[in-house]
Amino acid sequence: MLAALTLVSGALAVTTRQIFRAAIFLLFSLIGIAGLYFWMQYEFIAAVQIVVYVGGITVLIIFSIFLTQQAGELLPKEKIGRQVFSALAAFCGFALTMLQLYQHSFKQTTDQPIAPSVSNIGNQMLGVEDNGFALPFEVVSILLLAAMIGCIVIALRSKPATA
Amino acid sequence: MEPGLYHLLFISAALFFIGVYGFFTRRNLITMLMSVELVLNSVNLNFIAFNKYLWPNKLDGLFFSIFVIAIAAAEAAVAIAIIINLYRSHHSIDVENAEEMKF
Amino acid sequence: MNDFLQIPMLQVLPFGKDIGWALLLIPLLPLAGFLLLGLFGRKHIKNSSGIIGTSLLLVSTVLSLYTAYGYFFEYGKVNGVYQKLIPLQYTWLQFSPGLSIDMGIILDPISVMMLVVVSFISLMVHIYSLAYMKGEDRFPTYYAFLGLFTFSMLGLVMASNIFQMYIFWELVGISSFLLIGYYYDRPSAVAACKKAFIVTRFADLGFLIGILILSFYAGTLDFNTLIQRLTSSSAPEFQTAVASSFLGVSALTWALVLVFIGGAGKSAMFPLHVWLPDAMEGPTPVSALIHAATMVVAGVFLVARLFPVFSMSPPALQVVSYVGVISALFAAVIACTQTDIKRVLAYSTISQIGFMMFSLGVSGSGGENGLGFTASMFHLFTHAMFKALLFLGAGAVIHFIHSNEMKDMGGLRKYLPITHITFLIACLAISGVPPFAGFFSKEEILLAAYHHNAIIYWIALITSGLTAFYMFRLYFSIFWNKEAPSPLERAGGEVHGEGGFAMMMPLVLLAVGAAVAGFIPFGNFVSSDGKLLESAFHLQFSIAPVALGLAGIFAAMWLYKKQNNKPDAIAASLNGFYKAAYHKFYMDELYLFITKKILFNLIGRPAAWFDKNVVDGMVNMTGNTTQAISEKIKGFQSGKVQQYAIYFLAGVIGLAVLFIYIWK
Repeated sequence: MLAALTLVSGALAVTTRQIFRAAIFLLFSLIGIAGLYFWMQYEFIAAVQIVVYVGGITVLIIFSIFLTQQAGELLPKEKIGRQVFSALAAFCGFALTMLQLYQHSFKQTTDQPIAPSVSNIGNQMLGVEDNGFALPFEVVSILLLAAMIGCIVIALRSKPATA
Repeated sequence: MEPGLYHLLFISAALFFIGVYGFFTRRNLITMLMSVELVLNSVNLNFIAFNKYLWPNKLDGLFFSIFVIAIAAAEAAVAIAIIINLYRSHHSIDVENAEEMKF
Repeated sequence: MNDFLQIPMLQVLPFGKDIGWALLLIPLLPLAGFLLLGLFGRKHIKNSSGIIGTSLLLVSTVLSLYTAYGYFFEYGKVNGVYQKLIPLQYTWLQFSPGLSIDMGIILDPISVMMLVVVSFISLMVHIYSLAYMKGEDRFPTYYAFLGLFTFSMLGLVMASNIFQMYIFWELVGISSFLLIGYYYDRPSAVAACKKAFIVTRFADLGFLIGILILSFYAGTLDFNTLIQRLTSSSAPEFQTAVASSFLGVSALTWALVLVFIGGAGKSAMFPLHVWLPDAMEGPTPVSALIHAATMVVAGVFLVARLFPVFSMSPPALQVVSYVGVISALFAAVIACTQTDIKRVLAYSTISQIGFMMFSLGVSGSGGENGLGFTASMFHLFTHAMFKALLFLGAGAVIHFIHSNEMKDMGGLRKYLPITHITFLIACLAISGVPPFAGFFSKEEILLAAYHHNAIIYWIALITSGLTAFYMFRLYFSIFWNKEAPSPLERAGGEVHGEGGFAMMMPLVLLAVGAAVAGFIPFGNFVSSDGKLLESAFHLQFSIAPVALGLAGIFAAMWLYKKQNNKPDAIAASLNGFYKAAYHKFYMDELYLFITKKILFNLIGRPAAWFDKNVVDGMVNMTGNTTQAISEKIKGFQSGKVQQYAIYFLAGVIGLAVLFIYIWK
């Protein structure tokens, strides 16, 4: 069910001709994925997904649609040739992947499972021993800072020439 | 049939290639960005699925997904900034209009 | 001199000690003159370049005379036979142990004689040109070219290796080209020098092929060894050369005939004679040097040098003799009708060289049979003297009258006394009147022909009669016919001098030579086998030629001494034949037809078409194809992001397929 929701929304998102609808379909798709995470009992990730993706990025996209004044108009229809070709390429890739997946036998490990509870996650993320992710954490924070500054710089309106 | 790893992998692969198809086909830059988000999400799904079914004793897939989400957010922001900049100079966000870097 | 012996690879054979350096200087001095005057003449030493050239050549001449004296009287003779000596030899290009192109100097009777002839005549021309070419703009260049020519000719006669001779042969051709085309702003001169070069070059092709065949069979390029191997009937080289045949003629004969073709081109034998009359476009002293005395005898010299080999192949000798005698008669007939004095002299040269050629052709080898050889060389020697004298005298006349045509001249004996006397001496010599030089040499030639081949004897006899006739026609038309030459009449009788001391002295010297050279017992020096040849003097035999010569002289006197219309009447009665002779029997037109219609249209144009369209076309096609391909590939950089992405994905899928399915 959830899978169906996700996939259908995704397909519609990439094919619909109205931008706003595409954004909404993307929203549904992301919610679907969050639902899948919930079903896999990884609540933390599902929450993060909803907060960041659904709440942040989709809103961002909708803002940008408004900023570039695209909301009302219809998107132009694609060339048939392009559509066919891309569909073909995508389908080939998909077929290849599925073929490989079904031929591969995935082995499960027999160790004791860890529960993905928040405290476990938190400990591991900020831990500095063998399995700790403190360094990537710091790096990602710097990256986010750089991205913020970069966005501001890129989107800055160039100063008009002084008279 | 009990949904298992293969189903999740199927979903993630399908979503991936839907995103790829959308990236090739769409002319609007923002819809292209949306397709890229789909791709990233499919990858996330893949990681979590492997984490749950193949290596339940570690949380590496989870962490990877967290980082991917963070980076995707940053990348979406930067992309929007670029789109806005491009809109200012071309007054259109059709990707076909931005082909100055050719022969 | 001791240092000379220590130079590596310079093999100094016996007699090298004293004369080696002198011999080397003989050709090198004119070469130094060429380089000096050619490089620095125009700017620095314009006025003294004549003196420099002449003095270098004077030293060279003295050295040649010294060498000749030494060779003929001191060391050349061993047991009564003149030796072929090689004082200097330098191995230059070695193809295989026996076959190499050496640079060497050979001394044997004919080369020493030629040394004397070439350097002496060249010296006379140098001195003469001091006055004749004075005031020319390119005076130093002229002397430079003269030096180059003298160097090449001296190198040619001293060459000990047949390929070395070929190199100098070509150099002589180049020098002749430069000198004929000296007045390069005259289109006729340019055409003439091109014609000379092309005709002689074409003949040299035959020469080269002949050299290759000869050296292939003999296994060597050195003259001495080559002659040795191809003249003894027991030698294996000779036997293979005679045994292998092509189209029914032995290889040896082919080689010799081809070599003779080269010589015929350079010596202006029929049918390769067409360049010589046109070559009169050059300055007259040049004509004296090149086309009378030295270059045109190079062909005769070549046959004489290879004479031992020629005598082993009677068919080749027959070719030589018939070509020679036909040229002699042909040219004599044409000379009777020409009106340009230099053209008359040019055809006379062709005729006289024809005499030399057939004299070689009828000669046997050794002893009394070798009379033809000695006679030919003797005639070469004397002919050089009087022909150079004739040309230089003609130059003096032209200098005085400023025209070449006989109709502008007449009665000049009052104004040019020295020229008149010397010219008369030369004409008497060439007509074979005793006791001048030409009588002795011509008589020996006719004697040799008489003993060997009756047809050639009779044709030669008729030709010598014609020779006397046209030479005296020339003489009387210039110096007697009218009372005063027309330009002077027109100019109101104002005259300028005969020409300075520099012009007269060579004339006098050459006249002395023409007068007394006949008394040299040539058989003592030059003969076909090196031994002494007693030149017998058959009085009753000489009656016929002398009588015929005198008859020719009187006929000319009757027709031309006083101005009358008898010549025109005779010409009118021989109408068709006269017209043909006047137009040189249409040889030039024939050549032009062959080259233009046949060679250019049938061979030249298709070849040019092929080159332009096929060869160039292929190169252009490569370029165009590359350009077209690059235009197509250019499309990959379209600037469309999605296209890039598609290619990217396609590449990834392709690689994945490759790795998964194909490359295990």
